[in-house]
Amino acid sequence: MRIALFITCFNDTLFPRTGQAVVTLLERLGHEVVFPLEQTCCGQMHFNSGYHDEALPLVRRFARVFADEQLIVSPSGSCVAMVRDHYPHVARESGDPELIEAVRTLGERTFELTELLVDKLGVEDVGAYYPHRVTYHPSCHALRMLHIDDKPLRLLRAVRGIDLVELPQAEQCCGFGGTFAIKNADTSIAMLDDKLRAVAQTGAEICTAADNSCLMHIGGGLSRQRANASALHLAEILASTEDRPFGVPQSGGASASIAVVRA
Amino acid sequence: MTTSASWADVPAFPLAAKAALADTQLRRNLGKATSTIREKRIGVVEEMPDWEPLREAGRALKDRTLRHLDRHLLELEASVQAAGGQVHWARDGDEANAIVTRLVQAKGVDHVVKVKSMATVEIELNEALEAAGITALETDLAELIVQLGRDRPSHILVPAIHRNRTEIRDLFRRTIGPATLTDEPAELAEAARRFLRERFLRARVGISGANFAVAETGTIAVLESEGNGRMCTTLPETLITVCGIEKLVPRWEDLEVFLQLLPRSSTAERMNPYTTLWTGARDDDGPREFHLVLLDNGRTTSLSDELDRQTLACIRCSACLNVCPVYERTGGHAYGSVYPGPIGAILTPQLAGMRAAGSLPFASSLCGACYEVCPVKIDIPTVLVHLRNRSNKERAAASLRGKLDPERLALKAVAKGFATRGRYERLQKLGRRGQWPLARGGKITRLPGELGGWTKARDLMPIPDQTFREWWMEREASR
Repeated sequence: MRIALFITCFNDTLFPRTGQAVVTLLERLGHEVVFPLEQTCCGQMHFNSGYHDEALPLVRRFARVFADEQLIVSPSGSCVAMVRDHYPHVARESGDPELIEAVRTLGERTFELTELLVDKLGVEDVGAYYPHRVTYHPSCHALRMLHIDDKPLRLLRAVRGIDLVELPQAEQCCGFGGTFAIKNADTSIAMLDDKLRAVAQTGAEICTAADNSCLMHIGGGLSRQRANASALHLAEILASTEDRPFGVPQSGGASASIAVVRA
Repeated sequence: MTTSASWADVPAFPLAAKAALADTQLRRNLGKATSTIREKRIGVVEEMPDWEPLREAGRALKDRTLRHLDRHLLELEASVQAAGGQVHWARDGDEANAIVTRLVQAKGVDHVVKVKSMATVEIELNEALEAAGITALETDLAELIVQLGRDRPSHILVPAIHRNRTEIRDLFRRTIGPATLTDEPAELAEAARRFLRERFLRARVGISGANFAVAETGTIAVLESEGNGRMCTTLPETLITVCGIEKLVPRWEDLEVFLQLLPRSSTAERMNPYTTLWTGARDDDGPREFHLVLLDNGRTTSLSDELDRQTLACIRCSACLNVCPVYERTGGHAYGSVYPGPIGAILTPQLAGMRAAGSLPFASSLCGACYEVCPVKIDIPTVLVHLRNRSNKERAAASLRGKLDPERLALKAVAKGFATRGRYERLQKLGRRGQWPLARGGKITRLPGELGGWTKARDLMPIPDQTFREWWMEREASR
């Protein structure tokens, strides 16, 4: 199947390995991945921060770039939620009938990675091998806007060698919230503190999720604490095999500086 | 408007929250209280096979009512009058306070008893009455604790949630006695009972709010747990009810939906202990005189905005407070409003304006837990984001400082930069090259200016040497 990758500006710039993992994984499963180079940003940051006039041209751009793609995947729950839940709202506010029409079917064609795998492609065992102790944090937008439920856990349970441990109080927000982490830094850090404590309780070396934004927050906290745990996007776990492990990143979550470890 | 839902002496949320976060006792109290009620709520909601349809029904009823509120309000007025009650219209808090003061003075009394009511706290009725020499006694236990301590409420349902029992014991010893009081909850409740009982029997005027007002019958409903509301609404000769115009439901049978939704969402009970319903006034039973004060105080402004409007569907259950990770950590006072938590973050700016409460729409990580539990499905995150947009716009229009806000300028520049592929890719390269003074030792541990909020407790990894698209293009070229 032809699948268009919507990488998100955030992953493109800060977490390129997550994108590489998505490509590796989907090609391994026999699909054709295309990457429209004209894509930039879905406008989520502007929309959620209250700059709707600035978000509008980005929404238009996204709708244009992905107009002809029938199946779009993104390794970001919150950006997919932006497209599916907020685009119709932005389009309606713009009063532009063409844009309203353009975003109408976009939400149905755009999938978060675990949704694509489980619902659309019908796989749970993606043939991954990842011999590490891992805990899963359900990021809020994936959980409450996309309702991805236990799809990530079903995929993770099928990974060979994995030691998957449940995160206490998993559904509590990590406190990221985009500009909230800066504007309300103290409250955000208080929330993060409880999340880090929960991660520590599991004894996991890896905290994973379907969103690198939350993982940057959790990973940034773990790094500051010099904790014996780090954050890693779920796509990188699912892309790992015996022959080609995606490696364990340094504490802090950014995985790009680590070379692919060849077994 | 001199009375508003916002407290002028409380700083913007980030600053108020910082102080609250340092109060470990408060955080412990709140953490315990909210997690207990959260668990309980899940239990009583999960046992309902039709909870989702009930929520849908609650929302649909509210939406429809709000769309035709003008008609329903006139119907309510006629029904109340037909049942022997009198109806007064108040554009704002000042008008409502003046009406109530006048009504109390006409009875020649200087003491009134009150049922817990958010609307009267919103308009600061007690303070207005006090200025006219009238003492208004709060009879809800938690509200009494707040009043005796000259404190402020910090939760919609449990206004004294920030106080523990030792603090309450000390307060009672100082105010209503006896001096030998221990911190046993039963003993504390008994002390309040004794103090209140005598006042109920003496009171000639009672003041209440309203949970619901039924337009077709003119019936007012008050739901409570302690029975103090029943006393206040049945014992005095005169009853005055202050009711926000959004509390209206068109038909008697509409109560069926809300009387199921409210207790389970609010106290996590299947049914609240006391539901008092009354229609007008009569000579042989209950108050002989009934006044209904219908309060606008900014509500019609919310009504006029398609997205804001849903805020008026709120039935004040406080489920959103109990699940909110921000509220759980900061408590209610940081919101600087009688309406704290997620619902307060959208309601207060609408009632009090952005100048007074412009920081509240930003006091959320948009985690969506509030929307998930709201019994009338108010999409709080969407309204928050809608209000953020308004707050930013108003700030930029109001002053040069607002216009030159660093976040605003940065996000505007980023939006421009992301408008074309060429500019976007140049920005990526620029970021990578420009980060070297910060990215020493493999991680960024200190950021300048506003961004420093991030590095207070979180490291940041530098931008990697190759973007995803560079990797992709390289791969495509080598194929």
